[in-house]
Amino acid sequence: MFVTPAYGQETAPADQGATETGIVIGTEVPHEAVEEGLFPPFNPESFASQLVWLAITFGLFYLFLKRVAMPRLAGIVETRSGKIAGDLDQAARLKEEADAAVAAYEQELAQARAGAMAIGQKAREAAEAEADAARKKVETELDRKLAEAEAHITSIKSSAMKDVGTIAESTASAIIEQLVGKADKAGVASAVKSVAG
Amino acid sequence: MAAADKVDPIHQFHINKIVPIEIGGYDLSFTNSSLFMVVTVVVASAFLYLATSGRHLVPTRWQSSAELTYEFIANMLKDSAGSQGMRFFPFVFSLFMFVLVANLLGLFPYFFTVTSHIIVTFALSVLVIGVVLVYGLAKHGLGFFKLFAPSGVPAILIPLVAIIEVVSFLSRPVSLSVRLFANMLAGHITLKVFAGFIVSLGALGGVGVAGAVLPLIMTVAITGLEVLVACLQAYVFAILTCMYLNDALHPGH
Repeated sequence: MFVTPAYGQETAPADQGATETGIVIGTEVPHEAVEEGLFPPFNPESFASQLVWLAITFGLFYLFLKRVAMPRLAGIVETRSGKIAGDLDQAARLKEEADAAVAAYEQELAQARAGAMAIGQKAREAAEAEADAARKKVETELDRKLAEAEAHITSIKSSAMKDVGTIAESTASAIIEQLVGKADKAGVASAVKSVAG
Repeated sequence: MAAADKVDPIHQFHINKIVPIEIGGYDLSFTNSSLFMVVTVVVASAFLYLATSGRHLVPTRWQSSAELTYEFIANMLKDSAGSQGMRFFPFVFSLFMFVLVANLLGLFPYFFTVTSHIIVTFALSVLVIGVVLVYGLAKHGLGFFKLFAPSGVPAILIPLVAIIEVVSFLSRPVSLSVRLFANMLAGHITLKVFAGFIVSLGALGGVGVAGAVLPLIMTVAITGLEVLVACLQAYVFAILTCMYLNDALHPGH
């Protein structure tokens, strides 16, 4: 506002009509036109009007931008960055969940593997124990049977040996009877016994 | 008269009253300048409002361009003034959008360029410096004046540096406003002069028409350049605003 009188002093009051008609000279010399007429941008007559209308229009524009346009733009931009941040968060969360699921799966797998191993081991041990027991049983049975058979053999052998004595006695008696006609049974027995001895 | 008007490169900067208004002896008429301030504000607001009305999670092209502008300025402010500077975000964003849309609209034929008037750019610069001063003094009190005595300067040099700093601080609103104003003004005059060559050469007929091709090519090329300048100057205005606001936030450097 303080500018207006300053420019006003510089340029003598000239009416608008004179300015408009004063310059119709030529294309090549715009400088002359400036000097002869009142160059419109330096004409202080219009300053007050321009300042007032600039204040009105720019003021309204400022208020419109501040109240309406910029909150709206800020809202759009914020919504977008919020949405992007939210989506990234969700993606990170989902990735964590997936990682956790993978870890759980792997742990279960390892557990199952360990369980399977243990079951196999147990089954193998049980089978071994069973086989051992069965073998032992069979062995004892065989031992028993062997002992029995040995005893039987021994008894058969002893009885056979006993029979051998009598057979020899009777054979010897029979031979003697054939040879001499008569045999002394006691003498034959003692003779056989001494031979068998 | 019509032909003469066409080759007058200054004509486009004239201010014409549309609705004459006079309050307290001041001429506050609704002019073509005021009209294009309104158009600028309406176009910029409509762009930001309609582009974001869908609130799509995956943005449409329009929404994407609005978001890009928003985040571009947000990052610019954060980079140069830190996260504390974000309190000025609505201010910087509306400045950038206003200047950008005003510059771009001015490139349409028969449209008035709001930013080609020094009073408009000066008012915006004074607004920026005013915000810097008021906020800086309110927040840091007299500590704000450390701005003029940067740390790490030998004591003997302090008075000299302080004078330089004060002068540079005071010239900021001037440089800020003149840079934008002069770029817009010069660009539009150049465009008009070259476009005028086409008309005057074309009026000669024959060789003139053939010769008019050159300024036509120039006009097309300069229009492209002016689009770049329009965006660049809005960017420069916004980033300088950010840097000045940084001084208000951190005067000790």
